[in-house]
Amino acid sequence: MKLNERSVAYYATCDSPTDKTGYLHKKGERNTAYHRRWFVLKGNLFFYFEEKDSKDPIGVIILEGCTVELCESSEDYAFAIKFDSAKSRTYKMAAESQREMESWVKALSRASFDYMRIVVKELEKQLEEMQQNRSSSRKTQKKSLLRKQPNYPHSTPLISHNFSVSYKIPVKENGYVPWNTIQDQTIDSELNGKAHSVNDNNDISKCVLDHPPERPLHTQRLPPPLPPRRRSATGGVTSAVGGLMLAQDDNAPTGVFSFTRLHEWFGRDIIQVRRQWQENKFGSIDQSQPDQIV
Amino acid sequence: MRYNEKELLCLSKQPAEKAAELTMKGPKRNDAAKCRLVKLVVNFLFYFRIDEEEPVGALLLEQCRIQKEEDTGFSLVFVDEPERKYSFVCDSKDECEEWIEALTKASYEYMRNSLIFYRHEIEKITGKDPLEQYGISEETRFQTRSQRL
Repeated sequence: MKLNERSVAYYATCDSPTDKTGYLHKKGERNTAYHRRWFVLKGNLFFYFEEKDSKDPIGVIILEGCTVELCESSEDYAFAIKFDSAKSRTYKMAAESQREMESWVKALSRASFDYMRIVVKELEKQLEEMQQNRSSSRKTQKKSLLRKQPNYPHSTPLISHNFSVSYKIPVKENGYVPWNTIQDQTIDSELNGKAHSVNDNNDISKCVLDHPPERPLHTQRLPPPLPPRRRSATGGVTSAVGGLMLAQDDNAPTGVFSFTRLHEWFGRDIIQVRRQWQENKFGSIDQSQPDQIV
Repeated sequence: MRYNEKELLCLSKQPAEKAAELTMKGPKRNDAAKCRLVKLVVNFLFYFRIDEEEPVGALLLEQCRIQKEEDTGFSLVFVDEPERKYSFVCDSKDECEEWIEALTKASYEYMRNSLIFYRHEIEKITGKDPLEQYGISEETRFQTRSQRL
């Protein structure tokens, strides 16, 4: 079976977040000797290098479907990565201290995609419930704040935006919760077309989910605008999605947002940087295709 | 680079998030377009010859870009090799859009960002970190970039 190995190796060393790194002793496949290797855990992939500063990984252990347990071994602080199927190999590892061993066992047992997915879904559900609770306690809206909008019988007043109606709001795995804000402050800015400086104790947190995600597309809201992004002193963009301390940005719409739009919005700068890099490296590139960051 | 192929094969047999017969064309210029069963499982895209049990290959969907191609197609390009393009053609525009969306959201990094986003939003509303109740708030994988530094 083929695998895009070069790109997998690139993923190991690129600057995407690492979950844990450190030296571990790994038992060889055939012989019983343990070899000291530099390990890098990224998501559900466990890479190992000859040394900390090695350019390419020697190998990777794909962690889906594994269990991690302590095991008997000639080495101290040993643990094993085991897989379900009978034919599977068990990877025996040894850490260099009790604390390291515990830390690795914890990190590896939570490394699977499914684990992350469960946590994301749980938070998504919590947020949705919060929106619904707020919605039921915010029945009255100011109609004067409404612009022209489609006549959705179920909907409470909303802010209309310049987004295409065909924008889908999917409810799938790793989906997101569409929001709407009815904050006066935000609405005023929106109506006046001003950029809006959003800070921590602001409107974005006062969001309302006023329709269940299962509604068919044609009854769904237009996606709300995105918060402005933060720019650092040097003019670069801090990209952490979690960093929603937002600064002035004349082009940024304000108020509520869905994660996908937020993702696109944050990705714009990255797309631009990548394009510049590509242009520098490969000459002019095809500008006509929109690209998406994953 | 070594990898645990047996486990990857096992993964290819797990229930898929999305699976369909698509026309697929490999990254080399001379590759012909072929009909393949394409299956998305976690952050891997497997492709099989029709009615074969084992996949021809697997693509890890991290550090990649999915682009719409004309009509009902889309392409997959990895950031480290932008000149190598995997092209896919679907049966309809709707199917194509569904695949683009599914693949865009299939990466572990996308999920990580979603989680950080929701965590932050909930914290803004409640004033509390929602992960604390699960005892996982300190885990590196859930930290924002600034906290990792």
